[in-house]
Amino acid sequence: MTKAMKSGFLAVAVLMAAANLPQTALAAEGGHAHIERQTWSFGGFTGQYDKAQLQRGFQIYKDSCVYCHGLKRVRFRNLFEPGGPEFPEDAVKALAQTWPNKVVDGPNDDGKMFDREPKPFDPILGPYKNEKEARAGQNGAYPPDLSLIAKARNVEYTGTWWAHPFSMLRDVATGYQEGGPDYIYALLTGYGEAPADVKLADGMQYNAAFPGHQIAMPPPLAKDAFIKYQDGKGSLDDNARDIAAFLAWAADPSLNARKSTGWLVMLYLLVTTLLLYAGKRTLWSKIPH
Amino acid sequence: MASEVEDTSRRDFLVIAGNAFAAVGAAATLWPFVAQMNPDAGAQALASVEIDLSPVKEGQAITAMWRGKPIFIRNRTADEIKAAETVPVADLPDPSARNDLLPEATPALDTNRVKEGKDNWLILVGICTHLGCIPKGQAMADTRGDFGGWFCPCHGSHYDTSGRIRKGPAPRNLEVPPYEFVSDTKIKIG
Amino acid sequence: MEHSSSYEPKSSFAKWWDDRLPIARLMHGQFVDFPTPRNLNYLWTFGGILTFCLVAQIATGIVLAMHYQPSAADAFNSVEAIRRDVNYGWMIRNFHAVGASMFFIAVYIHIFRGLYYGSYKAPREVLWILGVLIFLVMMATAFMGYALPWGQMSFWGVTVITNLFSSLNEIIPGVGTAVVEWLWGGYSVSGTTLNRFFSLHYLLPFVLFGLVALHIWALHVAGQNNPTGLDIKTKSDAVPMYPYAVAKDAVGLFAFLILFAWFVFFLPDYLGHADNYTEANPLVTPPHIVPEWYFLPFYAILRAIPSKLGGVIAMFSAIAVLVFVPWLDTSRVRSAKYRPLYKWFFWLLVISCVGLGYLGAKPPEGAYVIWSRIFTIYYFAHFLLIMPIVGLIETPKTLPKSISASVLPSGSGAPQGAVTAPETR
Repeated sequence: MTKAMKSGFLAVAVLMAAANLPQTALAAEGGHAHIERQTWSFGGFTGQYDKAQLQRGFQIYKDSCVYCHGLKRVRFRNLFEPGGPEFPEDAVKALAQTWPNKVVDGPNDDGKMFDREPKPFDPILGPYKNEKEARAGQNGAYPPDLSLIAKARNVEYTGTWWAHPFSMLRDVATGYQEGGPDYIYALLTGYGEAPADVKLADGMQYNAAFPGHQIAMPPPLAKDAFIKYQDGKGSLDDNARDIAAFLAWAADPSLNARKSTGWLVMLYLLVTTLLLYAGKRTLWSKIPH
Repeated sequence: MASEVEDTSRRDFLVIAGNAFAAVGAAATLWPFVAQMNPDAGAQALASVEIDLSPVKEGQAITAMWRGKPIFIRNRTADEIKAAETVPVADLPDPSARNDLLPEATPALDTNRVKEGKDNWLILVGICTHLGCIPKGQAMADTRGDFGGWFCPCHGSHYDTSGRIRKGPAPRNLEVPPYEFVSDTKIKIG
Repeated sequence: MEHSSSYEPKSSFAKWWDDRLPIARLMHGQFVDFPTPRNLNYLWTFGGILTFCLVAQIATGIVLAMHYQPSAADAFNSVEAIRRDVNYGWMIRNFHAVGASMFFIAVYIHIFRGLYYGSYKAPREVLWILGVLIFLVMMATAFMGYALPWGQMSFWGVTVITNLFSSLNEIIPGVGTAVVEWLWGGYSVSGTTLNRFFSLHYLLPFVLFGLVALHIWALHVAGQNNPTGLDIKTKSDAVPMYPYAVAKDAVGLFAFLILFAWFVFFLPDYLGHADNYTEANPLVTPPHIVPEWYFLPFYAILRAIPSKLGGVIAMFSAIAVLVFVPWLDTSRVRSAKYRPLYKWFFWLLVISCVGLGYLGAKPPEGAYVIWSRIFTIYYFAHFLLIMPIVGLIETPKTLPKSISASVLPSGSGAPQGAVTAPETR
C-alpha cells in the first residue's frame, strides 16, 4: 500500500515535470495557434476574483465592447452583488438609467411595445436586438454576446501526443480552468501586420490567436488609444488582461463561492476518509485479509 | 487483557467519530437541496414594482401584480372615504390596521390604511384572508358586497370601502402592502 | 446461496411488524449477516460507489428538473438561470454534470474488475448480463442528458448520433430515414426532440434503479466473487457484510468522493466542452464534434470502419459482445491472478480501450485511423479469439486450497480465534 502510494506520487511528480516541457517548446498543430497561459488572480484551485480588476474590466466593457457586444446574461444587479465587481448599489442604479441600450417592454395599454430605461433586474444589453440586426449593422459579421464567451472559448492542446496525458494530469492537479481568459487575452493582444504569405480577405484583420488568423473585429483596444483608468494608468496589456478577467467573472459569477466552499468540502472529506480508514484498519486488524 | 480493552475503546472511538463525521456531512449536504427551493436571485430582484396612477379616475380601480399577487388600487370617491372613516373600530371583526408598514396593534382606522393627504388612494393585496381567493369588486359590473367594497364569492366574505372585513368567514382585513409615493401619481410597492 | 437471517425483533412492535412484512429480516439477512469473502480488495468497493452515484444523480436530477425548462427556446436560458440565480444551483448543477463522468469512471473500473477476476463466469452469467444491460441504459441516459442544456455540442451530438440510424437505409432503403424522423419527431432535431429526451432522461434512471435491484439480487444469490475466484466453502472464508465489508465500502466511497468533489468545486468544466456554452444553432456546426469522454472508445470504433453501416454495427457489437463473455471464456479458473498468459492479454485490452478513447477525440485522419483500426481489431479479437483459445491452451497456476488459505500466513496450522469466528471477537 505505502510502497504503491510512494511510487504513485513519484509518477505524478515526474508527469507534471514532463508536462511543463512541451508547453513552450512545441509548435502549433492543426491550425490552432499556441496560446500562452497567463497568471490570473482567479486561476487554479485557490484563486478568487480581484474586485478592483473586475471594476476596471467593466469600465473597458462599458467604454469599448458595448458598442457592438451585449452581455445579456449578466444583470445590472450582478454588478453590486457579492462575488463580483461589487460596485456601490446606487452607482449601478444610476448607471442603468443612463445605459445607452434600452429594454423593450410592453405591450402598453395601446398595445404597443416601448423602450424603457433598464432597472437593476434587467440584463446588460448591447446595441442590437437580434442576430439579424447585428449582421445588418456589421457588414454581415456577428459580434457575439459576451456573457459566456470566457467559457465558450478554450485553448486547444498543441503539444506532442505523448505529452498530452501528462499535460492533462497537470491541469487536473492544479485546477486549470482558465483557457477562456487566456484566449481572450491572446486575441486582444494578437493583432498585427499579416505575414507576407497571408492574404487577408476584404475587411478582415490579421490576428495571431484567432483560428485561421482572419478576424472581422477591428482591434478594439489600440496600442496608442487604450482606455485610461480612473487613476490615469493603463496600457493595452492591462486593458486586455482586465477585460478578460471581467468576462471570466461574467461567465462564472459563482467562482468565489465555489472555491471557498470547495476547500471546506475537501477538508471535511479528507478528515472523514482518514477517520473511516483508521476505523476500518482497527476493525480488520485481527482478520488476515 | 488491558491492551485488549484499550484496543476496543480505540476502535469504538474511531468508529463513532467516523460515523459522526459521515452523518454530519450527510446532514450538511441536505441544506443546498432545501435552499434551492427558496425564491432565486431573479425572483428576489423583482420584489418591488412601480405603478403609474395617473390613468385611474375617481371611482375607478385597477389591478396590478406584485410578487405574483394581485394588488387592488382604487381611487375612492368622497362618499366611499366618508363611509370608511365613520365606522367605529369597535364594530370591526378585525381591529388591526393590517398595514405592513405599521405595527400590528395599530387600530383599523381608515387613516391608518392609506397615506396622509392621499386618502383617496386605497392600495391592498387583493387576496381574501379566508382561503386565498380573489374578491370581486374591481370591475364596474362586479358585486361589491353589503358594504360597497369587495365581496369574495368563494365563501361570502364582505369587505368595506377600506378593505376591512365586515361580514363572513374571513378572519382579517385585506392587507395593505408596503408602498410609498415616489411622485404625485406614482407608487412603488415593496 | 441460502442463508438464514439472524434477525431477532427487539420490541413487541418489531415482532408484530416482522410477522406481517419481514423487510427488516430481509435487509438484516442480505446486508448485515450476508457473508462476504474476507479477501476482497478495494476494487470491490465500486459496487457501493456506483449505487451512491445512481442515487446522487437521481437526487440532483430531480432538483434540476424543478428549475429546468425543456423547450428549445428556454432550455439554455434555464440552465444559465440555474448556474447564476438559483440558490446553490451552481453546486447542484456541477454535481450532476460531473456526476455523470464519475458514474462512468466507476462503472469502467467495475467492469474491468469483473473481467480481470472472472466475475462473469458461472454461476454469475445472469448477474453479468444484467450489468451489461445497466451499462447500456446508463449510456442512453447520459446521452439524452447531455442533450438537455441545448448548447452547440448538445445539439450536434444529438444530430450526429441519431443520424447513425439512417445507416439502416443501406439495408432497406427508406427505413433509416423513417426511424430517424421517428426519433426526432420532425424532419430535423428540434424542440420536439428535446422534450422527448427530457421525458426519457427522467424515466430511464428509475429503470436503472430496477435493473440495479435485480443486479444486487443476482449477486446475493450467487455470492460475491473475490480475487482468488474461489467459492466460499467454509465459514472462515467469509466475514459478515456488517461491519466488515461496510466499513471498507465507506472508506472506498469517501476516497472516491474526494476525486468527485475536486472536479465539482475546482474543475467543473474540465470534463465538458467549451462549445456547449454556446446556445444551439442549427445553422452552424462546431469545427470538432466530440462526444463526452466516456463514449470516446465507442466513437473511435464507429469511425475506424470505413463504411457507415459497418461502423454502426461495429459500435453496437462492441457492447453486444460483452453479453457472450461468460461463454466465450473457456478457462477453468476464474481469476486472472492465476492465469499467467491471459493476464497479459487483459492488459492489452485495457490499453486498447484507453487508446481508443484517446483516438476518439482526434480527427479521423492519418495515423489516428490506422491505430483506431488496430485497437478495434484487438478489441474484438480479445473477446472472440483470445478468450476461447487462451482458456484452452493455458496452464493456470496452482490455486490456493481456499479463500482463507490464500490470506493466512503459510504454515500456520492453528488459526487464531478471530479467524474461525471473526464476528465474535
